[in-house]
Amino acid sequence: MFDDFMVRAAFAGVGVAIAAAPLGCFVVWRRMAYFGDSTAHFAMLGIALSLTFEFSIFAGAILLSLMLASLITFTGGRSFYTDTLLGVMGHISLAAGLVIVSLISGIRIDLLAYLIGDILAVSVTDLYLIWIGAAIVVTLIVLRWSPLLLVTLSEDLASANGLQPKKEGFLLTIALAIVVAVGIKVVGVLLIVSMLIIPAAAARSFSSTPEGMGIAATMIGIISAILGLYSAYTFDTPTGPSIVCMAAICFVISLIIGIFSNRMKN
Amino acid sequence: MLIEATNLNIRYGKKTVLKNVTFSLTKGEIVTIVGPNGSGKTTLFKAIIGAVPIFKGKIKIESNLKIGYVPQHISIDRSLPMTVDRFLSLPNKKNNESFKKAVHVAGIENLSNHQLHSLSGGQMQRVLLAKAIITKPEVLLLDEATRGLDQPGAAWFYQKIKQIREETGCAILMISHDLHVVMGASDRVICLNGHICCQGTPEKVALSPEYETLFGSNDTGTFALYKHVHDHDHLEDTEVSNV
Repeated sequence: MFDDFMVRAAFAGVGVAIAAAPLGCFVVWRRMAYFGDSTAHFAMLGIALSLTFEFSIFAGAILLSLMLASLITFTGGRSFYTDTLLGVMGHISLAAGLVIVSLISGIRIDLLAYLIGDILAVSVTDLYLIWIGAAIVVTLIVLRWSPLLLVTLSEDLASANGLQPKKEGFLLTIALAIVVAVGIKVVGVLLIVSMLIIPAAAARSFSSTPEGMGIAATMIGIISAILGLYSAYTFDTPTGPSIVCMAAICFVISLIIGIFSNRMKN
Repeated sequence: MLIEATNLNIRYGKKTVLKNVTFSLTKGEIVTIVGPNGSGKTTLFKAIIGAVPIFKGKIKIESNLKIGYVPQHISIDRSLPMTVDRFLSLPNKKNNESFKKAVHVAGIENLSNHQLHSLSGGQMQRVLLAKAIITKPEVLLLDEATRGLDQPGAAWFYQKIKQIREETGCAILMISHDLHVVMGASDRVICLNGHICCQGTPEKVALSPEYETLFGSNDTGTFALYKHVHDHDHLEDTEVSNV
């Protein structure tokens, strides 16, 4: 079944959408979009290192994303310049990663494939990695769903209820690193955050419970992945950006529906 | 002893926020912490619930002590859809009996399907109170729980606290700027300003020179009290108090 590259691409896209959407809700609720972006940029340095030393880019991306994320979680916390620190480190890593990759002589590497993804080049091994990653992320989030919600609402209330906000937050960080790594082939380091936040943002208009929002975001992510792939095939456009554009269209539609349903209620 | 802090020191970076704080809370006691802004009151609460690291000294909490915490304020992001009922049942599945009781005591039966972000300040305080008592705590920590409430709202709140203590016998540790109430209802008052300036019965503390330096010679000098009460949206809270 996975012999056809389009089938592989579709499964890869859907896998990433499933991994990204529920985590994406927390990224939106906890205002971690910028953190997510920097983590993804940091992954570029991981990709460069893995190409230099010839190991899996999944491993390289996960390792570096985790490093940045742990550094921020355990040192900076919520100090006032965390934002700047993230921006500085993320962009340095992105730039340095790109420079290193282009310095590697001998092989011709398509940089764009890492920046915006190259879903049509997904191998069967990639596909397994994507689905294993997605399974881990979804399991982590589903298992810790309620504690994570309370930590998101108020860290102090969570502490008073015997939870450890830092620990729960770190779990999201691990999930984020995995999503970034599995998303590289599909939408690339520059666009992976859009797969996290756009479906979640689009789902907000239809949802009155956090669970509903998680499910709606997953649906929107899957629809965007499939429609994006289809339109990329039809119009011969880059697939990663096409998927994100489809998600964006879903977002606009949801905004319009949201406005109208509010009018109806009032 | 439910909570016992000995020479507690807490630092944020290089700044010492709490210095050599020693105090204790016993069963059923009502203790109020007063002190100016930035005196470390909230930090002390955070140390009790384990939300800030302890720099020096120690804080001993009776094992398996159930603590109910009413924070000063929680900000709800509009992007998170969350009904009051769902919030109250976090992080554990709801126990029906204590759930109903808490909702009844806090008077929020009609809010169960409301979205958290749509609540007014007064409604939010009630929800937070319900959240705190739902686990049947042995200690209730109230961090300026009446902040932003108008006079009837605050009076209602203190009435409820009194009722909760009478019914459950839980100890209460509260931070308050409402000095009239403090002096009337507390067994003990702790005057905090980075360190403990003085502590004892309300009468004793009110007459102590340290207290006088911090708050003026009598209650009328405590302008902070009056400023505080009329601080926030009065109309909305009047509405709330009629709910």
